Amino acid sequence: MAHPALHLCPHGVQHLRSRGHARARLTRRALLRAGGRAALAATAAAVLLPLAAELAPAAAALPFQEIADGIFLRQGLQEEVGAGNCGAIANIGFIVGAASVAVIDTGSTRQEGLALRAAVEAATSRPVSHVIATHVHFDHCFGHSAFSDLPVRFVGHRSLPRALAERVDFYSKLLTDLCPQDFAGTVVVPPNQTVEDVMEIDLGDRPLRLQAWPTAHTNTDLTVLDRRTGTLWAGDLLFDRRLPTLDGSLLGWLSVLDRLLTEEVARVVPGHGAVSDGRVAVAAERRYLERLRDDVRTALAEDLGMQATLDRLADQELDGWLVVENVHGRNVVNAYTELEWE
Amino acid sequence: MMLSSHGLASRFAGYRLAVAAAVILALALAALLSEAWAANTAWDDIRQELYGTEREILPGEGVIALEAPYRALDAATVPITVTAQIPQTAARYIEKLTLVVEDNPAPIVGTFHLSPANGVASISTRVRVNAYTNIRAIAETSDGRLYMAVAPVKASGGCSAPASGDQELALARMGKMRLKQIGAWRPNELAEAQFMVSHPNYSGFQQDQVSQLWIPAHYVTRIELSLGGREILRFDGDISISENPTFRFFVKPSGADVLHARVVDSEDKVFEQSWPIEVEPSS
Repeated sequence: MAHPALHLCPHGVQHLRSRGHARARLTRRALLRAGGRAALAATAAAVLLPLAAELAPAAAALPFQEIADGIFLRQGLQEEVGAGNCGAIANIGFIVGAASVAVIDTGSTRQEGLALRAAVEAATSRPVSHVIATHVHFDHCFGHSAFSDLPVRFVGHRSLPRALAERVDFYSKLLTDLCPQDFAGTVVVPPNQTVEDVMEIDLGDRPLRLQAWPTAHTNTDLTVLDRRTGTLWAGDLLFDRRLPTLDGSLLGWLSVLDRLLTEEVARVVPGHGAVSDGRVAVAAERRYLERLRDDVRTALAEDLGMQATLDRLADQELDGWLVVENVHGRNVVNAYTELEWE
Repeated sequence: MMLSSHGLASRFAGYRLAVAAAVILALALAALLSEAWAANTAWDDIRQELYGTEREILPGEGVIALEAPYRALDAATVPITVTAQIPQTAARYIEKLTLVVEDNPAPIVGTFHLSPANGVASISTRVRVNAYTNIRAIAETSDGRLYMAVAPVKASGGCSAPASGDQELALARMGKMRLKQIGAWRPNELAEAQFMVSHPNYSGFQQDQVSQLWIPAHYVTRIELSLGGREILRFDGDISISENPTFRFFVKPSGADVLHARVVDSEDKVFEQSWPIEVEPSS
C-alpha cells in the first residue's frame, strides 16, 4: 500500500499533516504540567517559537516528577496514540534504591526509552538493575531497547514472551507507519526473567514485590509494590480518567480489582492518569466494567448478535471518561466474546 | 515601475502555483493508481487461485449483500454478515459462499457449503483483519454462476491486535461447542441457529529474535453440521477466521431432530457433539 499510515491510524494522519503544530501543543501541555509562572512564560515562548518545539523529540519534552521518596514518574498524555505523541500515552518511571534502580515501563519507542534513561541518569548515579514490563501493550514496553546495552534483568509476566511474539509484527508496523523517526532503532526486548506468581527483588534497602496476575486487562498484567512507601505501580490494571481498554478478561479484571488494594497500599500509580490512593479510581473503573458486563449479558440474553450489540452499546454516553472513541466499542466486542461462553 | 514589477511578481507566483498544482495532482494520481494497482494485484492472485481466470464474476446486487463495519474495532474479531437475497430453492440456490480478507497473510477465510435445506443462505461470522483491506464475499449458485459483494474495512489502530486473548483458557477449553436456537423453531419454517466452537485458531508464527518461540499454526479446517443425518452446513476454513469460530445461519427443520457437529482441526483432532432440537407446533 502506498500510504499504510492513512489506513492504520486515521487520527495519526491529522497529526502527521500538522506535525510541528502537534508537537508545539504537546510541549505546551508538558510545560503546563510543570506548573507555575515560569511554565506560563515558557508556554508563550513555545507558541512563538514552534520551530524550537519541532526540534525536541515529543517524548523527551514530558517531565519526570518525584512523586514519593525515590519514585519518579512521567505521566503519559491522555490522548489517542498518534503521530503527534508517538505513543507517549502511558505512565512510565523508575524507583531508586540504595544500590540500584528499577525502571517500570519504558513507553512506545526507543526514543521514549532513551528519554527515560536520561531522566534516570539525571536523578542518580546508581545503575539500572531491572527493567520491568507491566504488560504486553506497546505503549508500556516498546522502549525497552534503550536499556539493552546494559547488564539488566528484563522482568515480565510468565505469559509475556509469547504475547509479545504474537503482537510484535503488528505493533511494529503500526508504530513504523505512525512515527518512523521515533520508532527507528526500536527493538522489542522479551523478558529474560519471568514472574510465575510473586517475586521479591531488592534495590538496596528497597524491597519490591512483583505480582503476576491472572488474565484481567491483558494476560500479562504485572504489578510492582514498593514496600517502603506502600506505592503500588498498577500498570493498566488501573486506568484513571482514561477509559479502560479490555484486552484480557472482563470477569477476571473485576476479580483482580477485589484484591488489588491491600491494606499495605497507600498510593497507586495507574497505567494512565494521576497518582492517588487509588480508592476512587478503582471504584470508577469497577462501575464502568460492571456496567459493560451487565449490558453485554442483557444483549446476549436477548440473542442479539455481535453487530446488533455494538449498534446498541458502542455509542453509549460515557460521562467523565477520556479517549472514549473506538475504545468502548472494542471493549464491547471483547466482553461479548468472553461472556457468550458463560 | 511599481505596477509592472508587481505584475511580474504575480505572474511568476501564478506560474509557481500552476507548477505546484500540477505536481500535487500528478503525485495524487500516482498514489491513487499505485494503490488501485496494488489492490487489484492481490485480488487478481486470489481470484485466480479460487476460480481461475476464465470464469466471470457478476456483481452481487440482488443475490448477496455483505455487511462489515467500516472500522474494525478489534482486529481479532470483526463481525461480518452475508445476507442472501434469493431463497434457497431446489431450482436455484447458493451452493458455496466464500469469504476473502484481501490483505491478510492468508486471505481466503474459507468456504461455506449450503443447500436448499437452509431456506436462505445468510451467514454471520467473525474474521481477523490485519490491515486496511477489502473483504469479499463470493456466492456460487447451483447454476454455476459467481456473484460478489465487497466491503472495505479499516483497522482501528491502538492496542487491538489479531492475537489471542488468553491462550491458557483457549487450550483448556478447546473443542467445547455450543448450539443456540434463536427464537422459536417450527416445522418447515425458516429458523436461525448459532454454532460456536472453542478453538484458539492460532495463525502461528515462526521462531523470531524476540521470543525464540515457535508456535505452529493450529486452526479449524472443517466444521460439518447435520440435522437428522442430513448435512446442513459445511465450512472449510483457514487462519483468518477469528478465535472460537462462530456462525449464525438458517435452516428449515422438518421436525424435532438431532443436530450433530463434527469439527476437525489442522492437527487432525476431531471434536463431535450432538444436541436435541426443540421444535414448536406449526404456526
